[in-house]
Amino acid sequence: MYRQMVLIRRFEDHAAESYARARIGGFLHLYIGEEAVAVGALNAARPTDHLLTHYRDHGYALVRGCDPKAAMAELFGKASGLSGGRGGSMHLAEASRHFWGGHAIVGSHIPIGAGMAYAMQYQRREEVVLDFFGDGATGNGIFHEGLNMAALWQLPVVFVCENNLYGMGATLAEESPVKDMIIRAEGYTMPSRQCDGMDVFSVYEAVRTAVEHCRSGKGPFFVEAVTYRFRGHSMADPELYRDKEEVGRWRAQDPILRFGEFCVRQRISSERELEEVNEQVEQEMLEAVAFAEAAPLPEESTVADGVYANPIDPEAAGPESA
Amino acid sequence: MPQMTLVEAVRDALRLELRRDPRVMLLGLDIGRLGGVFRATDGLQAEFGAERVVDMPLAEAAIVGASIGLAVAGFVPVAEIQFLGFTHQAFHQIGPQVGRWRQRSRGRFSAPLVIRAPFGGGIRSPEFHSDAIEAQFVQTPGIKVVMPASPYDAKGLLLEAIRDPDPVLFCEPDRLYRLHRQEVPAGEYTIPFGQARTVREGDDVTLVAWSAAVELCERAAAQLDGEGIAATVLDLRTLVPLDVEGLVRAATRTGRVVVVHEAPLSAGFGAEVAATIQEEAFFALDGPVRRVAAWDAPYPSAALEASYLPTVARVVAAARAAVRS
Ligand SMILES: Cc1ncc(C[n+]2csc(CCOP(=O)(O)OP(=O)(O)O)c2C)c(N)n1
Ligand SMILES: [Mg+2]
Repeated sequence: MYRQMVLIRRFEDHAAESYARARIGGFLHLYIGEEAVAVGALNAARPTDHLLTHYRDHGYALVRGCDPKAAMAELFGKASGLSGGRGGSMHLAEASRHFWGGHAIVGSHIPIGAGMAYAMQYQRREEVVLDFFGDGATGNGIFHEGLNMAALWQLPVVFVCENNLYGMGATLAEESPVKDMIIRAEGYTMPSRQCDGMDVFSVYEAVRTAVEHCRSGKGPFFVEAVTYRFRGHSMADPELYRDKEEVGRWRAQDPILRFGEFCVRQRISSERELEEVNEQVEQEMLEAVAFAEAAPLPEESTVADGVYANPIDPEAAGPESA
Repeated sequence: MPQMTLVEAVRDALRLELRRDPRVMLLGLDIGRLGGVFRATDGLQAEFGAERVVDMPLAEAAIVGASIGLAVAGFVPVAEIQFLGFTHQAFHQIGPQVGRWRQRSRGRFSAPLVIRAPFGGGIRSPEFHSDAIEAQFVQTPGIKVVMPASPYDAKGLLLEAIRDPDPVLFCEPDRLYRLHRQEVPAGEYTIPFGQARTVREGDDVTLVAWSAAVELCERAAAQLDGEGIAATVLDLRTLVPLDVEGLVRAATRTGRVVVVHEAPLSAGFGAEVAATIQEEAFFALDGPVRRVAAWDAPYPSAALEASYLPTVARVVAAARAAVRS
């Protein structure tokens, strides 16, 4: 788990650096500071459980075992990316790992998770669905539609709200009448658990309970992980809504440092071993960036490929009439 | 006269209206302290207070829905949706709700409001953030659809929009927000809807466009000049109402028309333009009306943007082909 958290951190440090060099286009939302959530949660579930997330999705992809090279190439918009450069940073996905994607439109994947959970229930399958989103999403109607349905039909879906205390440019208090997101679940009679999103064990335990609850046919479960993003909302955020001291206070709770100290204290690993992990991961990330740099761009002629199962007009030369 | 970028012109219009009319109110996600994704409302909350420049929760349907309620109650709301592609979340409130309000009540009540939304490609923003879905709103009668292409027009059309008695969708081309400065009068002025603007004149071919595609057509026209082809560029400015007369005049002048837009080809507003011209000016045409548009595919990632969108080269090629036909 230490390695996974470091992997996310270093992957994103390199992504941010590549973004600053204009090698990555579009938007880049970093997960730095929130690593314990994806790592704790996904380790508490099975690799076959279905995963849907919001656009802050790099961490999930990596923990699910997606190749960091292909993930980095996807950020670069390259043909060798996870989705051939078609999805970009906000839409990482890997069907073979039951990772059904990051989703750029806030809240859009919440009812989709409920639908997948209905499929699991209908077919009496063992897998459950894990659906991740932010605090800001809970102000959107679609969030409530998804939760209502999941509770009504007692669907096997774990909703995980990553409460990082901010939306894009607003504080939680400016967006939400409730401070604790688990209160949102009460209206749907959904059992819930709040956990410390800076502590990988706390997340693990909460999600473990949730997943077992769902798997045993008891209906949906809501987990709130209180966490913090160390960086701006995206790379273009002036961060007018918070001060440096607050960020410093949270940085002192860095989930990687906390977990590293725990491992050393408990003699699970030595500082040198952890340092070795850091170095290995760093090396891997340098390779991932080099791979992404060298990978080819998608061919221009493929712009309209893959929109339909069979191209409607295979002869179409382009978007010109006549 | 002050020089303004398009985004400054928008802000200037909003500021003037907030000053002039106490009923005017701005609503949107992160428009207050942050000043909006593109900083269009920068400083307005500080000047007019959080009750009139209102930060909303992440809820597009409620942003538009609440604006309708405010309008019915006598306010003049100007809502901002962060990107036009996010209006899908509010589509019901826009088309089927506010668009029908007036007729359904046989004129007894109306909801004059403005929905501002940045949109369009060319700034490396992915998918929904770049979608040019203006034609979808042309299919929802009751909404006026306004597409400024310059700082001067943005200010004049926005002042007109805020004063218009009907709901207006005001689409702002984010690629042009800071591209050029232009002389823009400091005071109030309005530009009436339904009057296309002749950007430049030429007798060989007519390029029809709106929003950011106008700038593209200007560049294409400059290149065509070098080849001895003189192009008229017509900026429609508003799709609803459409200046049919101005369109027919511009088409008749050259007999050859190319319409250019950032939206996918099929059923884009270019199809409406082509149909209108062939209905109204069929015998003045020397050849078919040509369309240059985006592919019938979702907006691609940054790396493929240039292949997806209309380019100067493609507009020039279409104009050449039209002239030769
Ligand atoms: C429907 C919709 N509206 C607005 C946006 C723009 N937007 C992207 S992320 C975001 C903030 C979301 O905050 P939260 O749900 O707390 O997630 P976080 O980014 O904090 O992880 C906003 C406003 C969007 N992508 N989709
Ligand atoms: Mg948040």
